Amino acid sequence: MALDVSELQTIEHDVLVIGAGGAGLRAAIACSGQKLDTGVISKSLLGKAHTVMAEGGMAAAMGNVDPRDNWKIHFRDTMRGGKFLNVWRMAELHAKQAPDRVRELEDWGAVFDRTKDGLISQRNFGGHRYPRLAHVGDRTGLELIRSLQDHGIHQGIDFHMEVTALELLKDGDRISGVLAYRRETGRFVVFRCKAVILSTGGGGKAWPVTSNSWEYTGDGIAMAYDAGAELMDLEFTQFHPTGMVWPLSVRGILVTEGVRGDGGILKNNQGERFMFNYISERFAPETAATVEEAHRWLEGDKNARRPPELLTRDEVARAITAEVKAGRGSPHGGVFLDIASRRPADFIKRKLPSMYHQFKELAEVDITREPMEVGPTLHYFMGGIRVDADSQQTTVPGLFACGECAAGLHGANRLGGNSLSDLIVFGKLAGDGAKAYIQALPTTPRVDGDQITSAIRRATEILNRAEGENPYLLHARLEETMARGVGIVRTKNELETAVAELEDLKVRARTMKAPGASQYNPGWHEALAMRSLLVTSEAVTRAALMREESRGAHTRLDHPDENPEGLTYNVIVKKAADGRMETEKRRRPDGPPHLVAIANAKIEDLEAGKLGTAAPST
Amino acid sequence: MAIRRFKVWRGDAGGGELTDFQIPVDPGMVVLDVLHRIQATQANDLALRWNCKAGKCGSCSMEINGQPKLACMTRMNSFSETETITCQPLKTFPVIKDLVTDVSFNYEQNKRIAPFKPRPRDADGQYRMYQEDVDRVQEFRKCIECFLCQDVCHVLRDREGRETQSFIGPRFMIRVASLEMHPLDTEDRIPELKKELGAGLCNITRCCTEVCPEHIQITDNGIIPLKERIVDRFYDPVAIIGRKLLGIRKRTKTRSEEAAQGAGSEDRDG
Repeated sequence: MALDVSELQTIEHDVLVIGAGGAGLRAAIACSGQKLDTGVISKSLLGKAHTVMAEGGMAAAMGNVDPRDNWKIHFRDTMRGGKFLNVWRMAELHAKQAPDRVRELEDWGAVFDRTKDGLISQRNFGGHRYPRLAHVGDRTGLELIRSLQDHGIHQGIDFHMEVTALELLKDGDRISGVLAYRRETGRFVVFRCKAVILSTGGGGKAWPVTSNSWEYTGDGIAMAYDAGAELMDLEFTQFHPTGMVWPLSVRGILVTEGVRGDGGILKNNQGERFMFNYISERFAPETAATVEEAHRWLEGDKNARRPPELLTRDEVARAITAEVKAGRGSPHGGVFLDIASRRPADFIKRKLPSMYHQFKELAEVDITREPMEVGPTLHYFMGGIRVDADSQQTTVPGLFACGECAAGLHGANRLGGNSLSDLIVFGKLAGDGAKAYIQALPTTPRVDGDQITSAIRRATEILNRAEGENPYLLHARLEETMARGVGIVRTKNELETAVAELEDLKVRARTMKAPGASQYNPGWHEALAMRSLLVTSEAVTRAALMREESRGAHTRLDHPDENPEGLTYNVIVKKAADGRMETEKRRRPDGPPHLVAIANAKIEDLEAGKLGTAAPST
Repeated sequence: MAIRRFKVWRGDAGGGELTDFQIPVDPGMVVLDVLHRIQATQANDLALRWNCKAGKCGSCSMEINGQPKLACMTRMNSFSETETITCQPLKTFPVIKDLVTDVSFNYEQNKRIAPFKPRPRDADGQYRMYQEDVDRVQEFRKCIECFLCQDVCHVLRDREGRETQSFIGPRFMIRVASLEMHPLDTEDRIPELKKELGAGLCNITRCCTEVCPEHIQITDNGIIPLKERIVDRFYDPVAIIGRKLLGIRKRTKTRSEEAAQGAGSEDRDG
């Protein structure tokens, strides 16, 4: 069938943002604020992106609750949490700019919980030295997305809801547009633009137990890969330690770290507070050694150290997995998270209203009276598309990435609360980066009709073929593969098996069939998303195979320790000239001396402001 | 694993009908899980919206046995074991396909509301607000935009009539309330609320409050106080005389009326 590209609907923007979560909205606001004609496409309705699920808060060293806090300590915490594999400059930019980005949300109507003095309140979270998370109860993500949305709709941005991107279009090396389709009608639409900002999130839907929604299929990661961009650090997939484990239908849904930040403790089926047995050497000096000390910390004793339940997520998730494996788990295969015995019921309902509601309605558990059952759930991709720290540009000119789909800030493990601040800091920088790129662009790039035609053909074949694989069942097979082979602990053999299974799934995916027409057809949408999921899953698996050490969220049973060599490289994934997926160990540049000094400093020196004063202020 | 009977509305703008499904159900499932199972195994192209699956995003709104609900928060054990469960699209909005409706009306309403306009920051660059002063606004900001309140609002259901077309609906009444009661906000939306946004059309039947999955007191805490502000501004003689005596001026004209008047006076001057 001949396809006339000129008959397709074509929409022009200076910049198109793909994804309308926190990062995408913040990027779009930055673009429109600089007089760029800005469009946003999102797979869901506006305001439904996964950002709404973020609960605990956004980390910013404002020092409202503990004045000892400052950007250097936030930076140090982020580097230590990321096992020093973070991109130094990104961790620096993030720690320095997060406070301004949070305060700016107040200009746009956000209403955070307040301190007694009327300032933005901040709560404790894992890996953060001080109470640092600006929050609204346990629905901070909703507050973030609604504030950006309500501000954004008055900024002249064009929102195209329920539109899914299929492929990035290029003119030579440069980005020239995006081919997408409208979910409602199934019609294709060509966006012609000078720059594209990806803010598409991670790919958690490749796993069966995940806190992620259906949207998390790695679209941005896969499209960028196909367009020739480099991916980085994908072996680091964060398993959040506390997801719901029962009933089965809600397995994986997030239980905020705020429960532990506000005093919740983890127990095994012997009633033992087991986290005291899992304090690693790195964190021992800053972690309570006894139940008594942890209790004093909760009471507000500033000399007491933090309870081990607030160790970084990788440490807590591994500890829970070990307890369950040792037969000390809860009836449904998790452990117990108890806040009922720690805090009065009205405190719990006020600070953790969504958790109270969620357990009451979905699991018939009253968390003010009983402990919750929790276990690890695939939550977040530290890795993603490789970007320049200051501009967020990928290795493809005109293509930018921010938020979860970009790599670098979090290194080998992300601290809770650093994601929401990541979105607003790097969303803005991506918008600024796109503006600078467009200003310097000599000519408007052109879209390639042949590229559009072949992409449309690939998409419509799924509807047109007489019979083939059921995309839902194929997706279920992919989840099994990833759960078995690329879980919280990994081995060479299992990863190699997963690679082989993925090769098989890729072949089967070529013959997927979605019955019905193209109008709002979830079977077809599922089949199209499978392509992104498979690229993303393969990249994660191959990167995990290449990194032969355990670091942060990447745990190899056959290489159980951190290897000093592991700090000298990042695993880069890209598409080779022959179309194969290529992995390489890319040497990391050394950290700038002033940042290395801060990361390795004693906490007391940073509190006193003794270090890093020579560092540039922005 | 019990086999349950479901009736799901299938069709599009041109019409449709309830379709029967027999489907195995596991303990602990919610209606959304069952619909997903139907989708994966019996009707791949069954259209429905969902995202978070935990009552936080407000995507999976539909009418379940005639009640507007979130499918992700409706547990199967809330029905008797032999009950047939009927799922239909929201009735107030035009059907796109199956359980998906065109809710763009709601996004248009939000744009009609004047945005947040904060007062300047304190000298040290901070905004100060006290928790007791923001509690009420935070209640409104819990809204997940599921639009169930818009669905049951009879003013919106009957909006074919010209007179009622202006009403923004309960969700956006509490959006206005969240702005009007925001301690930092300096904008005044009361004339617009009366003359353009249709606040007078709501006659407080509380249907919206009853269906709110976030248990926001839409009527008592949002709509009624706003109506009182309108009365105070336009109809309360004591308040109006009091303001006159004290020399306090409050807007009674909308921005567009002010603009029309401004343009008119310019014409006269010219």
